[in-house]
Amino acid sequence: MRYLPLSADDRRQMLETIGARSIDDLYADVPKTVLNAAFDLPAHKGELEVERMMGAMAAKNRAAGAGPFFVGCGAYKHHTPASVDHIIQRSEFLTSYTPYQPEIAQGTLQYLFEFQSQVAALTGMDVANASMYDGSTACAEAALMARRVTKRGKVVLSGALHPHYAAVTRTNVELLGERVVQMPIDTQASEDLAAAIDGDTSCVIVQTPDVFGNLRDLTGLAQECRAKGVLLVAVVTEIMSLGAVKSPGEMGADIVVGEGQSIGNGLNFGGPYVGLFATREKLLRQTPGRYCGQTVDADGKRGFVLTLSTREQHIRRDKATSNICTNSGLCALAFTIHMTLLGEAGLRRVAALNHEAACRTADALSKIPGVQLLTSSFFNEFALRLPKNATKVVEKLAADDILAGVPGERLWPHDSEAHDILIVAATECVSDEDIAAYAKSLSKALA
Amino acid sequence: MTMNSQGRQTKGDGASVDVETFTGNRALQIEESLIFEKDAFAATGVDFPEPKGGADRLGAMKREAPFNLPGLSEPEAMRHYVRLSQKNYAIDMGPFPLGSCTMKHNARLNEKMARLPGFGDVHPLQPQSTVQGALELIDTLANWLMELTGMPAVAMSPKAGAHGELCGMMAIKAALDARGESHRKRVLAPESAHGTNPATAAQCGFVVDAIPADDTGRVDLEAFRARLGPDVAGIMVTNPNTCGLFERDIKAIADAVHEVGGYFYCDGANFNAIAGKVRPGDLGVDAMHINLHKTFSTPHGGGGPGSGPVVLSAALAPFAPVPYVVREGEKFHLVETRRAAKAEGEGEAGGRITAFQGQMGMFVRALAYMLSHGGDGIRQASEDAVLNANYVLARLSKEMSPAFPGYCMHEALFDDAFLKGTGVETLDFAKAMIDEGYHPMTMYFPLVVHGAMLIEPTESESRQELDLFCDALLDLAKKARAGEAARFKASPMLSPRRRLDETAAARKPILRWAREAQ
Repeated sequence: MRYLPLSADDRRQMLETIGARSIDDLYADVPKTVLNAAFDLPAHKGELEVERMMGAMAAKNRAAGAGPFFVGCGAYKHHTPASVDHIIQRSEFLTSYTPYQPEIAQGTLQYLFEFQSQVAALTGMDVANASMYDGSTACAEAALMARRVTKRGKVVLSGALHPHYAAVTRTNVELLGERVVQMPIDTQASEDLAAAIDGDTSCVIVQTPDVFGNLRDLTGLAQECRAKGVLLVAVVTEIMSLGAVKSPGEMGADIVVGEGQSIGNGLNFGGPYVGLFATREKLLRQTPGRYCGQTVDADGKRGFVLTLSTREQHIRRDKATSNICTNSGLCALAFTIHMTLLGEAGLRRVAALNHEAACRTADALSKIPGVQLLTSSFFNEFALRLPKNATKVVEKLAADDILAGVPGERLWPHDSEAHDILIVAATECVSDEDIAAYAKSLSKALA
Repeated sequence: MTMNSQGRQTKGDGASVDVETFTGNRALQIEESLIFEKDAFAATGVDFPEPKGGADRLGAMKREAPFNLPGLSEPEAMRHYVRLSQKNYAIDMGPFPLGSCTMKHNARLNEKMARLPGFGDVHPLQPQSTVQGALELIDTLANWLMELTGMPAVAMSPKAGAHGELCGMMAIKAALDARGESHRKRVLAPESAHGTNPATAAQCGFVVDAIPADDTGRVDLEAFRARLGPDVAGIMVTNPNTCGLFERDIKAIADAVHEVGGYFYCDGANFNAIAGKVRPGDLGVDAMHINLHKTFSTPHGGGGPGSGPVVLSAALAPFAPVPYVVREGEKFHLVETRRAAKAEGEGEAGGRITAFQGQMGMFVRALAYMLSHGGDGIRQASEDAVLNANYVLARLSKEMSPAFPGYCMHEALFDDAFLKGTGVETLDFAKAMIDEGYHPMTMYFPLVVHGAMLIEPTESESRQELDLFCDALLDLAKKARAGEAARFKASPMLSPRRRLDETAAARKPILRWAREAQ
């Protein structure tokens, strides 16, 4: 077995040193009746055989890069520079652990510090943590944090918050016996969230660009929240939008949570991704997750350590701010490398290209008879109302090898009002040929 | 000397042994500034075409104010990250014996498989007809996990071990609610438990009741029985436990908790000691998370991403969260809402705990590990992990003090009795290991052992590597007892940084770069 260095001879001699007769002597505490159970599993295989088996499964999937691709809603197809994937596969990053011994983990700690700095700058907030599992769990953690800060539990969810984010938040909030107010589906960014606030409300959670692609000005809502002592949680599922659109911090959000997948990370069928969590300095001690902070070593040299761990489960146990025990280290590394390559200049440019691709796509598709563009102000994603069930249209276009977007039924299966909605994302990866092929195929499908 | 809340020394003292260089570099160790200090705020390392201009639907939402992020050219960026990487210790460099963390070899085949476009470049919301192979992979991995654990169901979506705990405890809460027994609020957990156990229970609204360990490092059976009652929701037990020992009375514990109507949550962090040898399902487990990044070697990546599928008993299976994969003949589909689950006749299911299907990238790597090892290799890996730990235990016992008598499972636990009177503490001993070229073992955990040192060599170490490791630790133990405390207090002396001031970092946190702070 290529991964196991011990030889039969090693094993025999080591047992002798230990003073055991057989390996099962070492398992003496295991009840005899359950030890060495029989398993119905195949025997070990060489690399070639494994590659064949897994390659066959992979070949059954249509890769995003294999043709026209317009699927978004919380995960986006972007181009990642080749150097990103090269660097994250360096042994010293890939095969290291949580930096508990900072003297020999300065590489990880410094990139986490840089990551935190980048996320704070992007979101327009004071501080950001070292990352969460993904955007949706970061969103739920924000609701739990708002409960700790305000000592109230009710959560108001926008009707244009990604329904999966809403569901994850509901799961976590209801576990503690608190209530969730879910606003009805809001394709036009016209809901009155402030009116839903009452004396029990801890936070309002609103997404921008929202799940239909609408850009939302949160300034007024932020003022109303502040006046009522309620936290405003802004959700950003397309972090690349912040290269073109005002940050939630500028608009007065108290907590910004986001999905960082778009920068540095592949689609990976839903994970692993990198959750972003940023907030105001005064709320720092109530935040979940891990932080890296700057300090000095015994020789006075600058260095970095994990810090503020007195909030965390390994110290505080049942009084911890969260049970979270990891961050999304390697994905945060991919994010920070890609962001370091882009810089503000590169991010602004790629964001502009995304916006242009989306505008061109929206123009081309909304010309088709029966197709209505629902979103007037957007970044790289918008919603269409189709004259028929969007799921069927998406299936038809998939047969033409065009992945057209996310049909409303996929996100709101039990709300038929949304079933003729199609949410379309267009990034810098979309070409004019892709757009033309999409428009042609959609015209055919609707004819 | 500065101490933190655990009484650990957090600021080193003692003189530097450094030779000063003009650059501050030390041969292969190159000092590296922050990206923000490279005067690159206007630059970029990515070439994109000029936007055509004209299109603008951003309106008043356009971002005008600069946000000041530097951009580095590709050669500068490569150097930055390569220099940083060289300040990290890694499994690929040498033994990384962090007990309870399982730093085993990360096969590169697994990385290659995860990057196949059919896995790495597919979207979670693509039409399901276009991702049948991805769903098949999840289903295949689920079957391996159920076979290895002897459990009838598995929830695949938890994003890490602690998230798996949350998923399992949510299922327990939901099952109790369904039985009309929501009054059961008390969860028993040994004092030696991982901190995530009590934190998770609290996050589910349970109250944690800690059970002491007996003098063999296992759950004190009498104390446990005395705490059972009609308000008990369940027990959370790590097995093999955090002392590296198999809970011999595990079946009695499971039976007793079932008898009073509670459930048995098993923390599967240490499954790597028994995979392919013992089925947790045979021990009466109701729910157990499996850290794919431990037992099945998906890379730890400097602190994540993890992946924590949870196997469930028949009693808890109906409360697994959505989404999940269903196989019908040769076709696969996702059940994505609780109402859809009900419509398929499988109960209402549990609520969603993450946006999508879970850590697919980790699933691919874990399945590549399983296929490579096979049933025989998984069993051999567990046996080798246990053999290596016992070898270390046997060899180190000559100079160091084992916390408990007898054999261990996959990790060897020592206390600090062997350092008594030397002036050297566990932390100092660990830091001295750094100068010898080793990552220290887990320190001060589990909490039930004074000055704990938990060593987990894993199956990836050769005998020769273990011998050198043991010789080095034995030598350090002798030096500690020979009165060389000053050397230990000053260590590490040869690492890229010496002991860092954690107290100052926490007192006045600097968590991001800012012009004025530098």
